[in-house]
Amino acid sequence: MEFFLEQVINGLQLGLVYALIALGYTMVYGIVKLINFAHGDVFMVGAFLGYFGFTYWGLPWPVAIIMSMVFCAILGVVIERIAYRPLRYAPRMIALISAIGVSFFLEYFCSLRFVFGANYRVVQRPLSEVSWQIGGITITNIQVLILVAVVAMLIFLQWIVHRTKMGAAMRTVSFDHDAARLMGVNVDRTISFTFALGSAMAAMGGVLYAIAYPQIQPFMGIMPGLKAFTAAVLGGIGLIPGAVLGALIMGQVETMTAAFISSQLRDAIAFGILIVVLLFRPTGILGRTETEKV
Amino acid sequence: MPLLKVSNLCKSFGGLQAVSNINLTLEPGEVVGLIGPNGAGKTTVFNLITGHFPPTSGEIVFEGNTLVGKAPFEICNTGIARTFQNIRLFKDNNVLDNVRAAFHSSTDYGLLGAIFRTPRFRSEEKRITNAAINLLETLNLANRANDTAASLPYGDQRRLEIARALAGSPKLLLLDEPAAGMNPSEVVNLVELIKNVKAQFNLTVLLIEHQMGLVMNLCDRVVVMDFGEVIAAGLPSVIRQDPKVLEAYLGKGAFA
Amino acid sequence: MGRNNNQLIKSIAGVIIFYALIKTAILTGFLNPYWQRVLDQSLIYVIGSLGLSLIFGFAGQFSIGHAAFFGLGAYSGGLVSKMLGTGSIPAFLLALLVSMLFTALVAYLIGKPVLRLQSDYLGIATLGFGVIVKVALDNANKLIPEMGGATGMTGVPQVVTFEWVFFFTVLAIIISRNFLHSTYGRVCTSIREDEIATSAVGINPAKYKMLVFVFGCALAGLAGGIYAHCYPFLHPSSFDFLQSFNFLIIVVAGGMGSLTGTVVTAVGWVFLQEGLRFALGEAFMDWRGVIYAVLLIILVLVRQQGLFGNKEIGVLAPRAVLTKGGKKNAAPES
Repeated sequence: MEFFLEQVINGLQLGLVYALIALGYTMVYGIVKLINFAHGDVFMVGAFLGYFGFTYWGLPWPVAIIMSMVFCAILGVVIERIAYRPLRYAPRMIALISAIGVSFFLEYFCSLRFVFGANYRVVQRPLSEVSWQIGGITITNIQVLILVAVVAMLIFLQWIVHRTKMGAAMRTVSFDHDAARLMGVNVDRTISFTFALGSAMAAMGGVLYAIAYPQIQPFMGIMPGLKAFTAAVLGGIGLIPGAVLGALIMGQVETMTAAFISSQLRDAIAFGILIVVLLFRPTGILGRTETEKV
Repeated sequence: MPLLKVSNLCKSFGGLQAVSNINLTLEPGEVVGLIGPNGAGKTTVFNLITGHFPPTSGEIVFEGNTLVGKAPFEICNTGIARTFQNIRLFKDNNVLDNVRAAFHSSTDYGLLGAIFRTPRFRSEEKRITNAAINLLETLNLANRANDTAASLPYGDQRRLEIARALAGSPKLLLLDEPAAGMNPSEVVNLVELIKNVKAQFNLTVLLIEHQMGLVMNLCDRVVVMDFGEVIAAGLPSVIRQDPKVLEAYLGKGAFA
Repeated sequence: MGRNNNQLIKSIAGVIIFYALIKTAILTGFLNPYWQRVLDQSLIYVIGSLGLSLIFGFAGQFSIGHAAFFGLGAYSGGLVSKMLGTGSIPAFLLALLVSMLFTALVAYLIGKPVLRLQSDYLGIATLGFGVIVKVALDNANKLIPEMGGATGMTGVPQVVTFEWVFFFTVLAIIISRNFLHSTYGRVCTSIREDEIATSAVGINPAKYKMLVFVFGCALAGLAGGIYAHCYPFLHPSSFDFLQSFNFLIIVVAGGMGSLTGTVVTAVGWVFLQEGLRFALGEAFMDWRGVIYAVLLIILVLVRQQGLFGNKEIGVLAPRAVLTKGGKKNAAPES
């Protein structure tokens, strides 16, 4: 029983990190209908920057996280500006190929010797791990940190989306670009902001991931990126609560599979569940089913 | 026996009753107009007949066989073809291939025939191509055969949809606002065209239209819908005078 | 029929001349064994990419799991050959048949449920399927030790010569072309353009989506089967989603709905990658991925419709039909 509960907590830890990535995916998809394959790589860049921040540049870790978030926000905006904006009204597959190109670029560019290098790096945790025993279950300070950080981020995001002018603009643009423009919304700026916000959250996810699972390398973003995207689809793409729900489910599924079935099969089972969910609820758990207009 | 008999047809989307208790009978050779204000449920009736949505309740019988529960492609193959209000052509394909695709069901060669280019494949392709060109000629589109469908002007696109619908040799043709977006002289031509096509292919036609001139010139009977129900039916000249119809279009108190 | 025969003679001549040129290049030593292998590889990619071109470029069914079918073909055919162990030509052909049939069967079983999904959702489902196949291949040695699992599979008789690759490539191109220039091809492009309208003209979209999916995946399986017999080491990571991206890039960059584009881009893509290795030298090998990525981004930015748009050249082009008052070859619309 304790073992099971500990796995639930481990799954929660993983799911929360996925949630940070999934939110960026889902917001970008909601607003420009693009599967931003490079998002997982922004997560990777975020992890590296945080690591450099608290390991080499002597920054306190919270500052390192914020520095990483700011840099990745800029990176997200630049990516959108260069690789996606010119293709915004092109066939969607074309923009997708561009996204794959950006993803490859970030991976290989970061692998260059004078950038991050291709090797694995072991992360020295900026805060020593402390664990508490609560009713026979072990909880670490890192898990608490992740929980607090992610919940704070979610509250912040809810506030932005539902209480600010920019949030209203985001919701309008995700509904219809032309209508938004007619309403006086600056569509380009709103999309840039969405990329910045999503990328900053991915960066935070990256640093937390590096602290929780202390090993990083330039291709580390691929699998978490795919799983986070899967989570977004699972919950209902374009929906912020859906992304969080999907991510938490993915975290549990993956952890439980690794703990009780086989750690080698965890990816297969995670994606197997995705396929099953898609078949029975193609628009995701929280998504509304739509009939195509004839 | 009527060609098409729709009885007590109902369709609701969630809480919205889009179509309620529609009864409609088409005799062979008739041209019937389905009119009514926007949102009256006319297109939904088409979508129910052609199987794009399942009805909530009610019966649709075509030549004595029920259509309810059949897929759109099966319904098309029983002899009902349609056009769409918001033109649905195969945009990136050329005009000829838009029509040739619709000959698929009557094509008499298999996959291996196609891959090995058998004599039957060649003769069938020739037959289909000629038949498609004939249809394009009937609809005055032959000169655009090799252009992409998306490059055609609006009126041509509407006629191409009709050509494509005719490829399946239908008995019943459903036209959803065939004159939408056309100028008056194009409408006049379209009326002639539909008359010719109807005679040439021995069709029964049910059409949705807002342009009253076209409806009056073309239709033997008119059925008027409002809020998902049939509010009037009869000869065009009579319907034109019906106060209920005028009210549906112009609003209550228009004659006060 | 005049044009027909003319075309046929021209294409046969083209094939023979191409073959003769390659052979001369090999015999004179101009094409060294290394570049011969690159050529073999590029032609194998042509076969696999044609499959995705049919599925995605022509029928519009978004698949990001194509490499999984390539891998299933490689492993299933490779396993048959390895078990038979003779390395004879009949064994090789039998293995290829198994590659195709097994892949087609899997495609049917996975296609049955997933092909109901639309666009992005279908893409994600096929992506997920690709991950599952990769994991299955990683662990295949637990069921069948010969398959090697995560350490890779060796021992498949290496019987493939350039002639075989060339023969199957030409065959795949002809079959794809004939498929597309028939009512089946028209059905596929109609489904890509508008599924609802397709069903409204009496065609069952589900049936033909399945047909083209199985067909295209079988081509990937064939490519995999050939691959297994000309590369002595099979590893699951050669068939993961990065490889699926390769196929996807080839189809999109070549131009959706262009066989010519797919064939030319598949060859060009493989030669580009190897060419970069050659041009950059060992010291700059790290830059290869970066350049490849930048070229890809530039390509889609400057030419959204892909290299060939949806145009075809030579025998791959459908015949324009002459109609009264019509221009024979309509000028391309801007």
